[in-house]
Amino acid sequence: MENNKKSKFGKYGGQFVPEVLMPALYELEESYKKYKEDPQFIAELHDYRSNFAGRPTPLYHARRLSKEYGITVYLKREDLVHGGAHKLNNTIGQTLLAKYMGKKRIIAETGAGQHGTAAAMAASSIGIPSEIYMGAKDIKRQEMNVYRMKLLGAKVHTVTSGSQTLKDAINEAMRDWATNVETTFYVLGSIVGPHPYPAMVHDFQSIIGNEAKAQILEKEGRLPDSIIACTGGGSNAMGIFHPFLNEDVELYAIEAGGSGLKTTKTAALHSASLCVGEDGVLHGARTKILQDKYGQILESSSIAPGLDYAGVGPELSRLVDCGRVIADNIQDFEALEAFHELSQLEGIIPALESSHAVAYLKKADDLGDLVIINVSGRGDKDLNTVMDRGI
Amino acid sequence: MKHIADAFKRDKALIAYICAGDPTPDATTKIVHALIRAGADLIELGLPFSDPIADGPTIQAASQRSLQAGMNPDLFFDLVKTLPKTIPYAVMTYYNLIFHRGTMTFAKDCRNHGIAGIIVPDLPPEEADELGEACKKYNLDLIHFIAPTTTPERIERIIQSSSGFIYLVARLGVTGAREDLEDRTKSLIQQVHTDIPKAVGFGISNPQQAKEIINAGADGIIVGSAIVDMIARNTDDINKAVEEIETLTRKLKEGITR
Repeated sequence: MENNKKSKFGKYGGQFVPEVLMPALYELEESYKKYKEDPQFIAELHDYRSNFAGRPTPLYHARRLSKEYGITVYLKREDLVHGGAHKLNNTIGQTLLAKYMGKKRIIAETGAGQHGTAAAMAASSIGIPSEIYMGAKDIKRQEMNVYRMKLLGAKVHTVTSGSQTLKDAINEAMRDWATNVETTFYVLGSIVGPHPYPAMVHDFQSIIGNEAKAQILEKEGRLPDSIIACTGGGSNAMGIFHPFLNEDVELYAIEAGGSGLKTTKTAALHSASLCVGEDGVLHGARTKILQDKYGQILESSSIAPGLDYAGVGPELSRLVDCGRVIADNIQDFEALEAFHELSQLEGIIPALESSHAVAYLKKADDLGDLVIINVSGRGDKDLNTVMDRGI
Repeated sequence: MKHIADAFKRDKALIAYICAGDPTPDATTKIVHALIRAGADLIELGLPFSDPIADGPTIQAASQRSLQAGMNPDLFFDLVKTLPKTIPYAVMTYYNLIFHRGTMTFAKDCRNHGIAGIIVPDLPPEEADELGEACKKYNLDLIHFIAPTTTPERIERIIQSSSGFIYLVARLGVTGAREDLEDRTKSLIQQVHTDIPKAVGFGISNPQQAKEIINAGADGIIVGSAIVDMIARNTDDINKAVEEIETLTRKLKEGITR
């Protein structure tokens, strides 16, 4: 059978899924192509973005942070999106598409509960039942988000297989999808998974970068020297990077360094797939993944549950290989420092995920004079974690 | 070494799946002998992967048991080498383990250790060029799937790139034993017109289902979770599992023999 070249980012990407799902991927690709040009779909999406999600989000000049580092720092305030993170940009898009495709229910996986919450919000506002898969370990450490999802009307499934975290929640969501593929839309939360998901999620999240580009030109009259974004699967990073790919702007994808770039027999003490992962196939796509010498997937680790994933978007793997995006990592303790720093200097409590991007200000050698940091989410959800560690 | 096609030569084929190394390599050897005694025509050996997205709870648990007992691709091939070669074997595993070893190396190891076919549930034909080349070079069959959702045009294309047998997926979803048989399973069997043998798997657990599938026009049945369930119930008394599996396998074989 002819190779499906369109679905690849260089050697990465593809559609490594069971046959039962292949026709659904083709259907999704066709429908997405059709509706993204459909005036009614565009108008409805715009309405949800403006009046439900609260877009555009501000680009905020962080004056005290700028002074601290002697450069001009702007924050793209995705923490102000309804739900508290950039996740809703994507779930609104996909859930609306599900409605236009006539699907009867949506399913989603979630790690920290941010994507699950955003999916549940989109589903209840659009009027489609939602079911969310979440690892048993994550359910225990993110009680509040589990309650939020239930409050929003979602059914939450506890996943007890494997490491009981995000990767297992994705496995279980894919199994559900394979079983109910004719009536169900799988709302994937990042730029991962089989084609067309990475491309579609990247499109829905590109609104971050499109806004930021116009805003920085208006405020500073020029493009930034650097953009920093935290990276787990990579959707907030790809979302802000995309409109700048062909510009003279350095792009930094900051992964979770956890407690250092070490591994045990079955687990990595970090989630830095772009930094130290190897070429492999996970969750439907070829990309950089954390694996052992036989190709078994390692459990990943991070203080920030939204970054705690053994893979990364295939598009980012390609952009790092060709040198367009620079990958680096920030350890748990550095992210915690940045969490406090931004709270105290700017009155903004960032998500622990976004704190990795903020922490890079300190670690980087030379970011230039004008920097944008994508504050992908707010940190209220992380207060328990941080309180446990003390101020 | 036997070829996949040999399994379909005499009669309708009974294909049995077990996860290699579940719960130990020794147990696998005993079970393989029992399956052969009871009339299995082809054995699918699962090489366990950490994230088996096409498998239901039964085979997920088997994979876990096997991995925890230390199974890995090197030990897998060592084990396969010691098994009796009176029937053909196929390996069933996920693509990352093959990709990581290198498709050529993996195919070569299959050939050298007595594996005649490769079944990869997360490798649709669109992504199978590289492994297909390797299989051709080492004279192995790469088995493709046809699912209830597969469109008629796809069915044609999949038949074109198939050899050995075609794996018809009896129902939507993942592996796991069921009691019933869906009407669409029978219509799927009748939709696939080819000289390549058609074997049906996913959810087959009893002789009655097996018989109906053969009567609908299939050339073989694949039984996995029902066998693995017997291992799961008897991990501390493997001889009991062996007995139960041998009995079930005989009954299934009778069910498909006219």
